[in-house]
Amino acid sequence: MLNTSDILETINMIRQENLDIRTITMGISLFDCVSEDTDRLCQKIYDKITRTARRLVPVGEEIEKQYGIPIVNKRVSVSPISLVGGSISPEGYLKVAHTLDRAAGAIGINFIGGFSALVHKGFTTGAENLISVIPEALAGTKLVCSSVNVATTKAGINMDAIARMGQTIKRAAYLSRGHGSIACAKLVVFANIPEDNPFMAGAFHGIGEPEVAINVGVSGPGVIASAVRRAGDCDLSRIAEVIKKTAFKITRVGQLVAAEAASRLGVPFGIVDLSLAPTPAVGDSVAHILEEIGLESCGAHGTTATLAMLNDAVKKGGVMASSQVGGLSGAFIPVSEDAGMIAAVERGALTLDKLEAMTAVCSVGLDMIAIPGDTDPAVICGIIADEISIGVVNRKTTAVRVIPVYGKDVGDVVSFGGLLGNAPVMPVNKWSPARFISRGGRIPAPIQSLKN
Amino acid sequence: MKAVITVTGRDSVGIISLVSTECAASNANILEISQTVLSEYFAMIMLVDVENLKIPFIEFADRLTELGRARNLDIHVMHEDIFNSMHRI
Repeated sequence: MLNTSDILETINMIRQENLDIRTITMGISLFDCVSEDTDRLCQKIYDKITRTARRLVPVGEEIEKQYGIPIVNKRVSVSPISLVGGSISPEGYLKVAHTLDRAAGAIGINFIGGFSALVHKGFTTGAENLISVIPEALAGTKLVCSSVNVATTKAGINMDAIARMGQTIKRAAYLSRGHGSIACAKLVVFANIPEDNPFMAGAFHGIGEPEVAINVGVSGPGVIASAVRRAGDCDLSRIAEVIKKTAFKITRVGQLVAAEAASRLGVPFGIVDLSLAPTPAVGDSVAHILEEIGLESCGAHGTTATLAMLNDAVKKGGVMASSQVGGLSGAFIPVSEDAGMIAAVERGALTLDKLEAMTAVCSVGLDMIAIPGDTDPAVICGIIADEISIGVVNRKTTAVRVIPVYGKDVGDVVSFGGLLGNAPVMPVNKWSPARFISRGGRIPAPIQSLKN
Repeated sequence: MKAVITVTGRDSVGIISLVSTECAASNANILEISQTVLSEYFAMIMLVDVENLKIPFIEFADRLTELGRARNLDIHVMHEDIFNSMHRI
């Protein structure tokens, strides 16, 4: 029989330490929906999504019950819409966004990702048209998420695209000003975007992906924090071991759920994303793990080193637990979605500059950060360019999801509700990078890209 | 297919009978029971074979949870694979 203490450990992880499967995301290719006629394109997209993913939510709920583990989100990611839409008009792209929203509502999922464009080397007509309506699309829909890849290590950084995204983010903030500029929370600017990421807002179904695939994102910061607490006073090699072992257990559950979901839905299993994704709930914070390891507050000197160790141990533990690993895989540090990060910002311990340094050693980037509504678009472009260059030079994914909250300033707090949480508005460096940004062009690919 | 039933809560007369009666009614075969009482706190882990359940597994799990709620007990039924995958390589 199973060991009693193992059973109790698992149950404790789920009931007391917030272990959950963060998302089951079904990636769906929409390339067979291509049509010159916008209405026909929309109809085909709607039909394909609602047909392919109609059982996603009920199957997710069945698995949840059978294994007794919460599956927080069921989501869909689709092929980058700028490639599916081709040269349709900006109005056409807006129609597609509303179609995605309706399809997502019809099957009961809580987000759909893929209103996306890949412009790391330049704009196609489709990408140009899609990006021009991102603010309207995100402000006018509830469930649609958008991402734009502006750089890769291979191609370098498209600074013209970054300049466009600064304006796009400002306009999205303005158009959703009645709701805390929430449209910006559904928009991510990437470098080296992964094609199989199950997490929103950056999920899309890449061009090398199969027709349909199931990707799963695990979570469990609370479980890691408790394991570190139980380890007591020991050295850092021991802490790294404890994290590794715990990450292994967490990821095994992700692998089990992914394989089960794929088999029940008759869809190939894609990847498990070895993530530590926090939520605003008490006891579900990545910042609290760092503090448990020994920082007085997240943001203190030593935070980057602690996070580097955590991130590495999570990956080492997770990689053996899953047959296919992918997506973003690493610890997330979204400010508004992590109670410990929020507290660190509020007590003045955690700054934007420190967060930027932290993103060099963990998953993703500057995530869910509220900044003053009057921030100059050039400053936002500067924030993006800095973050993106960390990804390009280090051959990793980085991203920016900042929210210049309309009408709010430093000291205010904005509430997005649900998993998106609350964000204290953080100060930004106001010295202008405008001349640098207005030069445009491309920053060439770094020498690291020449590996052949 | 096997499932693990866990029951925790304040000790009282008839807890095992409550769970085992429901198992019998639903045709779940009890394979092993491990139970302890620690300062009035009751904890039981039961391994049951649910291969030939008369009702769908999810309904069985819901019924037991509901029975527990009525008696102020925390009852969970989980497929054994979650424990196997987490604790066995």
